[in-house]
Amino acid sequence: MAVSVDPIHQFELQPLVSLGHIGNQQIAFTQSALYMFAAVGVIALLTIVATSGRSIVPSRMQSLAEIFYEFIADTLHQATGDEGKRFLPLVFSLFMFVLILNLFGMIPYAFAVTSHLIITFGLAALVIGVVIGYGVMKHGSHFFGLFVPSGVPKPLLAILVPIEIISFVSRPISLSVRLFANILAGHIAMKIFAFFVAALLSAGAWSVLSPLPLALTIALTALEFLVAALQAYVFATLTAIYLNDALHPGH
Amino acid sequence: MAQPNALTTPPPGSDTHVGAHTEQPAPHKGAFPPFESHTFLSQLIWLALAFGLLYYLMDKVALPRIQAILHDRANRLSSDLDEAQRMKSEADAAGAAYEKSLADAQSKARDIAQETRNALAAEAETKRKALEADLNQKLAASEATIRQRTGEAMGNVREIAGETASAIVERLTGQAPDQASLDRALDRAATAH
Repeated sequence: MAVSVDPIHQFELQPLVSLGHIGNQQIAFTQSALYMFAAVGVIALLTIVATSGRSIVPSRMQSLAEIFYEFIADTLHQATGDEGKRFLPLVFSLFMFVLILNLFGMIPYAFAVTSHLIITFGLAALVIGVVIGYGVMKHGSHFFGLFVPSGVPKPLLAILVPIEIISFVSRPISLSVRLFANILAGHIAMKIFAFFVAALLSAGAWSVLSPLPLALTIALTALEFLVAALQAYVFATLTAIYLNDALHPGH
Repeated sequence: MAQPNALTTPPPGSDTHVGAHTEQPAPHKGAFPPFESHTFLSQLIWLALAFGLLYYLMDKVALPRIQAILHDRANRLSSDLDEAQRMKSEADAAGAAYEKSLADAQSKARDIAQETRNALAAEAETKRKALEADLNQKLAASEATIRQRTGEAMGNVREIAGETASAIVERLTGQAPDQASLDRALDRAATAH
């Protein structure tokens, strides 16, 4: 009985169409890219096709799309107030993208796109880029007042400003690593405990113990569904909070 | 462990292995896939394309549409509520008008009944009075007749008494009393009564 025991194997990129190299970079249409476009398709199905009826009394799918919309709009409004409305497409897209990709990862044998740091870092860099870009565009140099806490004695500023800058710079890192690490660790844990079931079953008398890792695997699967939704929410909420800095810099 | 060699012995894999998830030990080159930097540019390109497409769809199609749906629903709800409020006040007004006309009709009916009762009572009264007057008249006529008959009868009594007295006197004395003494005796008897 051959069982794949390598918990890392699931994260490998499988090139579907290889497009050559740029320098040492291998350019290929991988299953990861396929999953990303599939997520876009699912989200479009949910938010565009399901709402095409524009019914006053919504169908189930339209109702779901409305719930997602109102949820994200409320979250964004709480964090940023009325001015934050212009960022709704960004925050909504981020939330739906991360949520659907996380949930795709929960399908057995499917690939979890968000388990790759470069993907989550790309999204986090986009968020921070928008924060800095919009903040500078809107407030000019005043935006950098973000790093200068008000009402603090001058000597303390010498310490506080670097701390503020470090805290700002670490935001994209924490934002991306949080999502990546949660998905990666969860999938590795599920794989390992699921492997224990198979390993114990093929280990003679020890097989009586196999229900234990099975129960753990089931519990972990439930937990991972929670994590999938929660991390998408955390990503969207933190995005909204960071955007609030671009809208209202200064402490 | 059941397969102690699976983790430690990576098979001699090519760079681009094409196996999907199989139940075979995976060929990986020892590097941790998320940290294989030679895939980063490719992943970022596909991420940019996919997320850009998603953002475009959400920004241009999905969100304006959902917003419009929610806006329309809110408008529809408030206009329906207004309509319901208007209808309710109309119904209330109609109810009040009905109550009023009912009360009017009741008081009118009471008036008519009262009038009729009064008219009937008055008519009965006049009839009763007419009847009473008639009766009184008849009574008076009867009394007059009785008095007349009594008078006549009393007149006859005097005549009979005179005749009787003259007959008695003639029988006792053998001679008839004269008319004048008879009248006197009759007058005396009448006044003595």
